[in-house]
Amino acid sequence: MRFGVVVFPGSNCDRDCYHVIRNVLRQDCRFVWHQESSLQGLDAVVLPGGFSYGDYLRVGAVARFSPVMSAVAEFAQGGGLVLGICNGFQILTEAGLLPGVLMRNRSLKFICKSVTIRVESTETPWTNRYQSGQALRIPVAHGDGNFFIDSKNLSELQKNQQILFRYCSPEGEILEEWNPNGSIEAIAGICNRERNVLGMMPHPERCSESILGSEEGRILFESVVEWFRQR
Amino acid sequence: MTKAKIYVMLKEGVLDPQGGVIQRSLASLSFKGVAKVRQGKVFEILLETHDRREAERQVQEMCRQLLVNPVIERYDFVIEGTP
Repeated sequence: MRFGVVVFPGSNCDRDCYHVIRNVLRQDCRFVWHQESSLQGLDAVVLPGGFSYGDYLRVGAVARFSPVMSAVAEFAQGGGLVLGICNGFQILTEAGLLPGVLMRNRSLKFICKSVTIRVESTETPWTNRYQSGQALRIPVAHGDGNFFIDSKNLSELQKNQQILFRYCSPEGEILEEWNPNGSIEAIAGICNRERNVLGMMPHPERCSESILGSEEGRILFESVVEWFRQR
Repeated sequence: MTKAKIYVMLKEGVLDPQGGVIQRSLASLSFKGVAKVRQGKVFEILLETHDRREAERQVQEMCRQLLVNPVIERYDFVIEGTP
């Protein structure tokens, strides 16, 4: 399976994603510079974390106009797999590939720690190797992770089971005190209706090897490879 | 030249934690009776056109395409004329 990792000016998790895909998953992977306008030959594209364009104006707002983003939109439209992690998630919402918006954390503080998220739906290319309701230990590192969406679009997300991850207690309970950033409905990750575009604030690429304390993020990448193999 | 001033505010009902912090700071400085604070953004844009209509059209388009995220923000603008 061939992955691409997009590199925007200010991306800083691109190398980590590349490492996991290439050296842990043993899949083909290449970097895609933000000026490129074709994703031909790729099966999945990762928009990595970081601070693209210095987070100027609004997070993700400027990256959205990079030449590569038209290609990403086209790729997604054609059913290509698109994974936005952290800043990548922010870019996907600004580009209109996912609904809602990531706002400043409720605490106004940058949060860098491990949290627990619960897998809400396993019927996706991204989560098919998790157990439904499984609680994952996974790192977050963001200042703007507070997911907001209006009530009409929220019920759409719920109805179509597009909410894939929610912040929870270590035991897997959804409780406001375990919501790190104030996200509505404790949402940590959503997919589009067609389920081929995923955006999530936590970093699966930072917990894909036992030396890093958890391997639970690797299952997400394995799910994608498995889904692709069975297609 | 025409100067446009664009005001972008969070929509009603969207939580504004920064406004909340400013409100509490004002209270701690003994400013009494501050009922609510909302923080927003102001853009000053100098346009080469002299035509007010054209300036309005351009500003609307800028807001739509870049300056405003309509999911959470609303905007207002004034065309101030030649600076």
